[in-house]
Amino acid sequence: MFGKLTWDAIPWDQPIPLVAGAVVIVLLLGVIAWVILKGYLPYLWREWITSVDHKRVGVMYTLLGIVMLVRGFIDAIMMRSQQALAYQAPGYLPPEHYDQIFSAHGTIMIFFGAMPFMIGLMNFAVPLQLGVRDVAFPTLNSTSFWLTATGALLVNISLVVGEFARTGWLPYPPLSELAYSPGVGVDYYVWALQISGVGTLMSGINLVTTILKMRAPGMSYLRMPIYCWTALASNLLIVAAFPILTATLAMLTLDRYLGFHFFTNTAGGNVMMFVNLIWAWGHPEVYILVLPAFGIFSEVISTFSSKPLFGYRSMVMATMFICVVSFMVWLHHFFTMGAGADVNAAFGIATSIIAVGTGVKVYNWMFTMYGGRIRFATPMLWSVGFIVTFVIGGMTGVLLAVPPADFQLHNSLFLVAHFHNVIIGGVVFAAFAGLTYWFPKAFGFRLHEGWGKAAFWFSLAGFYLTFMPLYVAGLLGMTRRLQHYDLAQWRPWVLLAGLGVVVTCLGVACQIIQLVVSIRERVELRDEMGDPWDGRSLEWATTSPPPAFNFAVLPDVRGEEPYWEIKRRAIETQQLADEPEYQAIEMPRNSPTGFITAFFSTLTGFALIWHIWWLVVVGLVAAYAVFVWFAWRDQDEYEIPAAEVAAADRERRRAREAWLRANVRVREPA
Amino acid sequence: MSGSQAIPATHARDADPYKLGRAPYHGAAGHGHGGEPTGHGAGGPAPKRVIVGFGFWIFLLSDIVMFSAFFAAHAVLADSTAGGPSGKDLFDLTHVALETALLLASSFTCGMAAVATEARSQLWTQVFLLVTGLLGLGFLILEVQEFAHMIGIDAGPGRSAFLSSFFAVVGCHGLHVTAGLLWLGTMMAQIFVKGFRPPILRRLLCFNLFWHALDIIWVALFTIVYLIGAGA
Ligand code: HEM
Ligand SMILES: [Cu+2]
Repeated sequence: MFGKLTWDAIPWDQPIPLVAGAVVIVLLLGVIAWVILKGYLPYLWREWITSVDHKRVGVMYTLLGIVMLVRGFIDAIMMRSQQALAYQAPGYLPPEHYDQIFSAHGTIMIFFGAMPFMIGLMNFAVPLQLGVRDVAFPTLNSTSFWLTATGALLVNISLVVGEFARTGWLPYPPLSELAYSPGVGVDYYVWALQISGVGTLMSGINLVTTILKMRAPGMSYLRMPIYCWTALASNLLIVAAFPILTATLAMLTLDRYLGFHFFTNTAGGNVMMFVNLIWAWGHPEVYILVLPAFGIFSEVISTFSSKPLFGYRSMVMATMFICVVSFMVWLHHFFTMGAGADVNAAFGIATSIIAVGTGVKVYNWMFTMYGGRIRFATPMLWSVGFIVTFVIGGMTGVLLAVPPADFQLHNSLFLVAHFHNVIIGGVVFAAFAGLTYWFPKAFGFRLHEGWGKAAFWFSLAGFYLTFMPLYVAGLLGMTRRLQHYDLAQWRPWVLLAGLGVVVTCLGVACQIIQLVVSIRERVELRDEMGDPWDGRSLEWATTSPPPAFNFAVLPDVRGEEPYWEIKRRAIETQQLADEPEYQAIEMPRNSPTGFITAFFSTLTGFALIWHIWWLVVVGLVAAYAVFVWFAWRDQDEYEIPAAEVAAADRERRRAREAWLRANVRVREPA
Repeated sequence: MSGSQAIPATHARDADPYKLGRAPYHGAAGHGHGGEPTGHGAGGPAPKRVIVGFGFWIFLLSDIVMFSAFFAAHAVLADSTAGGPSGKDLFDLTHVALETALLLASSFTCGMAAVATEARSQLWTQVFLLVTGLLGLGFLILEVQEFAHMIGIDAGPGRSAFLSSFFAVVGCHGLHVTAGLLWLGTMMAQIFVKGFRPPILRRLLCFNLFWHALDIIWVALFTIVYLIGAGA
């Protein structure tokens, strides 16, 4: 009846996951009870859960990312404290538990922390920057989000029901094959990623189509904000790389479920094929994450330097160059495979060449700042911190790209330090820069500056303190994923890294406090006008938060920095552009399709993991039924009457008008 | 973004859909759409028909990438027969030729259905879609027969890595055809109930693209897996 699922699946004898799970469940139930008691449920359902508005979907993606970053950070605390204690001692986490933690940490951080965060910001900002009203396929967008949430849910269920994989964030066979991982851990991993992977792929298709086919009139390719370019590159990579992940995991699944021999040690299976395939996705994946990060920094640096981005066209070129070349370097993750000196040399050189594209960008950022009137607000601090940190990470990457050096450093803590250096210094810093930068746009009030700055400095210090020692430990030969160790030389560095996590903790605490304080002081932090940072691209042309339709009339784009020009013109002529002729706007209707689909995918995924076959069938039939039901609806749009549009826009114009009057005096002397 | 923009495609569009007070763009891709914005820049967002078709193309490309991963796996594992039967021993090319014929014919009838839709003929659209579905079903039956036969003579996917990759890549195509048939049935019911509305027309366009893409993939399968496999 319940396949492999029995009461023994719950780890009654292991207090840590049990207590953690209980706390999470109590918290979750508490939140749900609060929502229901306060009567927020209808509001949540109407305005968020069934919303197909790209801004709402973007916010939900980002929220998921934040929650999962915290979840992954708890794993990190456990790993660092275990290693701090486990010098010639067993520590407090037994090996089979430690192995699950590092696997869950990497999986959660990449797939459910960083990815949703980046996709969320793109979802929110890209249509606004393009000057349009939504993404190409709004309902699909909401479905993508809910499928990602399904994946996150499944991974977290594994905490209390069964176990998670012990195979690392990329489940290399033969360890991940049934013979060596007979439990459900790898199955949790596989199905969580397959389901959320479908969501990611669809969101990639959605954003590519949006960027290529839906832009405000006059916005030719070379007038798109650079963030849209990096989003385009990133989503093209999603479309081209995620199917490889799907195929690879499908092969592993076939091996595990139906006795196929893709990657087994027997019957001709080929282990290295898995490693090749997974990195053919995996290397592009790191650029899927970091390209939009580059885009965020470009926007932030240009805005807070009060200058157009230096070398816009070379930035576009560099972005597309990285997009293409990132597909030609995957072998640097396994130089030790033994492909021979020629192959290794070719991939080593290709890898180093990618750094050229990144170098171009670094210089462009510096020249953007050069001679600018720089304002060091929180997003700008993250950006400057990024430039310095990322250069270090890039250089250690180039070092690893030299095959003889890599033979020494592969799978050492030096490698661990490298990729945390680029992912934290690049992606996570960008996530926070983007969060503080676009937060006022999304919610109508700014985040508290003081707490934001504190968060930045603690995070920066925490990062260096945690990962610089790991470079040293790696050079001293310490390998990754050690549950305990006996060598005295490594100890000081491991302890330092542990201290670093404590400092990072303070950074995380500041972030949370910042959020709470900002919400409480939202009246003082209000963004009345919609342009809190003196911005340059179109998202700042509308109100904060923007109306459902974003723009009352689509902006007419005449140059590279459309909003900056509108603003110039307004200041020069001392008045806003003439009031346009307002028209009714058709917007997509909300739809529970995404949520229902995700509900059944959760059931199906869970059933597949535990071999509950009847439930799999039920889930699939239900999925088909939802599909037909969705396809059958007749009314998929509603109309916002012209009068309502006009009223909203006149409100916006009044705020702008007021700003113009207030600003004349400031600007005139100059 | 009005849904009613899609038909009929040949009508001259509102010359200035976004009320900019300027003439429509006549740049690079502007021809053939009579003033309808193409999404390439000056004209503003493309109409829904273009967006849906384009998005579906991107999906098909991603699907082809997924197939190419399976093809790559097959290329790697083709010789790993682990002492078991090889393609030469197993493949019955007449059987496969028959499958190919059915699938290619179904692509033709699918195209005919599109022509009938263009002429807004409910009857002929349904007839051609039905024939398409029957041909697809015939293809599937033949494929299942082949699989059953192979499994029966102990040449199932668990026998060797070669057979694993064979069953995976061919089976993946077969699953796509199955999904296509479900879609086709739903589509026919929708046309019957709702007639040729813009959303239905867009879906028919996507279905056509999907079905032809499956054909293209089959041609690659036929060549790489069967012909080369049987010759080796
Ligand atoms: C400047 C460009 C970069 C170069 C030259 C470079 C080079 C390398 C090399 C050679 C390795 C493999 C080392 C080994 O396994 O022995 C590696 C691993 C890695 N890199 Fe980079 N990298 C660069 C940028 C990035 C960026 C931007 C990211 C992410 C945003 C990233 C994330 C990773 C990850 C996650 C791994 C290892 C994952 C694992 O083995 O589990 N790298 N890098
Ligand atoms: Cu790489």
